[in-house]
Amino acid sequence: MPETLRILCIVCPRGCALEVDVGGAPGNQVLAVRGNACRRGEEYGRREAIDPRRSLTSTVRAAGLSRRRLSVRSSSDLPLGRLVDAARALDPVVVTGPVKLGEVVVRDILGLRVDIVATDDIGA
Amino acid sequence: MLKRKDYDVIVLGGGPAGLAAAIAASESGASVGLVEREDRLGGILKQCVHDGFGLVRFGERLSGPEYALRYIDLAKRRSMEIHLETFVHAAREERVPPEGRRIVLECVSGAEGVYEAAAQALVLATGCRERTDRQVFINGDRPAGIFMAGLAQRLVNIEGLLPGRRAVILGSGDIGLIMARRLTLEGMDVEGIYEIKPEPSGLSRNIRQCVEDFGIPLHLSTTITEVHGSRRVESVTAAEVDARCSVRVGSERLVDCDTLVLSVGLIPENEIARSLGLSLDPATRGPRVDQVGRSEIEGVYVCGNALHVNDLVDYVSESGEAAGAAAAAFARGGRERDGAGAGLGGLPLEAGPGFLYAVPQTIDLSRRGKAVVYFRSDSTIKDGARVTIKAGGATLIDRHYAALRPPEMERLELDVASIPADADSVLLVLERKEPSRA
Repeated sequence: MPETLRILCIVCPRGCALEVDVGGAPGNQVLAVRGNACRRGEEYGRREAIDPRRSLTSTVRAAGLSRRRLSVRSSSDLPLGRLVDAARALDPVVVTGPVKLGEVVVRDILGLRVDIVATDDIGA
Repeated sequence: MLKRKDYDVIVLGGGPAGLAAAIAASESGASVGLVEREDRLGGILKQCVHDGFGLVRFGERLSGPEYALRYIDLAKRRSMEIHLETFVHAAREERVPPEGRRIVLECVSGAEGVYEAAAQALVLATGCRERTDRQVFINGDRPAGIFMAGLAQRLVNIEGLLPGRRAVILGSGDIGLIMARRLTLEGMDVEGIYEIKPEPSGLSRNIRQCVEDFGIPLHLSTTITEVHGSRRVESVTAAEVDARCSVRVGSERLVDCDTLVLSVGLIPENEIARSLGLSLDPATRGPRVDQVGRSEIEGVYVCGNALHVNDLVDYVSESGEAAGAAAAAFARGGRERDGAGAGLGGLPLEAGPGFLYAVPQTIDLSRRGKAVVYFRSDSTIKDGARVTIKAGGATLIDRHYAALRPPEMERLELDVASIPADADSVLLVLERKEPSRA
């Protein structure tokens, strides 16, 4: 029996109320997405029903530089269930030299094949 | 005699509104001075490390610092003078015989001491401030451990300090929701979010990705009535409220926490506007302006969150651009210098029942092109609404909305040329759709 999930799209501030039909064999499959205003909404609905993912944004410590923190983000979305673990893994990270926007700060965090990159410049 | 710096246009505030205004003014050929009190440009975006900025403008999901850097890079490529760590404590108009006038700012900086900056036109991009614990009614003590959400955000993201171990959040504004997630990710225990109203104040997407994703309880129609603690917050009293926001007797309970985070609203910051004598619209708490941000005083423009608290930075940049370009045109003695004159000209834009407010307050018909109108409804409408803009008997815009929510600002583009010549005002009308009967 197909099941309909009601999912709020968080891709943009418009916040479409999606209806995602899930069912079929083997396992769960997305059969249809309704209520989306754009293609990205459909993609979000498909993924959210099966494998919810989120971007991680945070900061890491900066030592001997012009500021105390450097803002960072995940290079792509992480599994929602690993978000807190990934944030914890950033606790001991320290940058000690100048970094440019987009530079990799942590490669392949927790083996999830996602990098942590700088979202700001920081100088000496 | 105080040292004086002269410009065509001075932009006060180096956040997203001020950056956009300064870039636009410079691109229009004006000499520009950009004044910022902090040691870096970017304003509040510097500490907004979360993403979701720029979706409207760039079609990308940028973090605050990334969004700011795009504009900072543009600003640095222009020949404007940027004054960092410079505080402006007053502004005044100065007559320049025979008929000229200038706006003079009294500035202080560590590098240059006390000096004046003067310009033909001033753009106020001073942003907004958080409402504090003195501006909401909470009984009890005021020990350490009470933080406004934006202050907590600054401590965590800029200073690298965690405000405490176990937090209660009062108010469900977006910054409070963002901080619920942020504090959780940094290892604090967020006990819950308490909202006095029956519905959340923040964007739905933030309820989803900042609250529900982390299983943080959101208590609606519930508030914090009292703070307990001698040196540090030890607990707060939470209580349910009825439809009139009165506490339900017997619903009070004690919640252990060492941190109370307040996300109870933002107020446009307009001390410099007031020192110039600008009056504030009670609905927006910002100065009254036309569609390019021109205020009641000739040569003074206002943009961004100083005008009204926006929901998205994309619109802050948009209003900064309009104000910066208009200020430059005025300073360089363009068409506007003759047309605008004293006072706030143009047709009044009147928002009817059902609106929290609409911006701008007037439409100047001598400025051709599109006028962007921003509005918010004063309550949540779930069953559909129709918003029309009418002038002189004609309907200029007719727009249907599936839903309207006060936290979500709406934007309409009005073609100024479509306003009939005999119109004496422009009306914004909201009609609710009758709920369909099944």
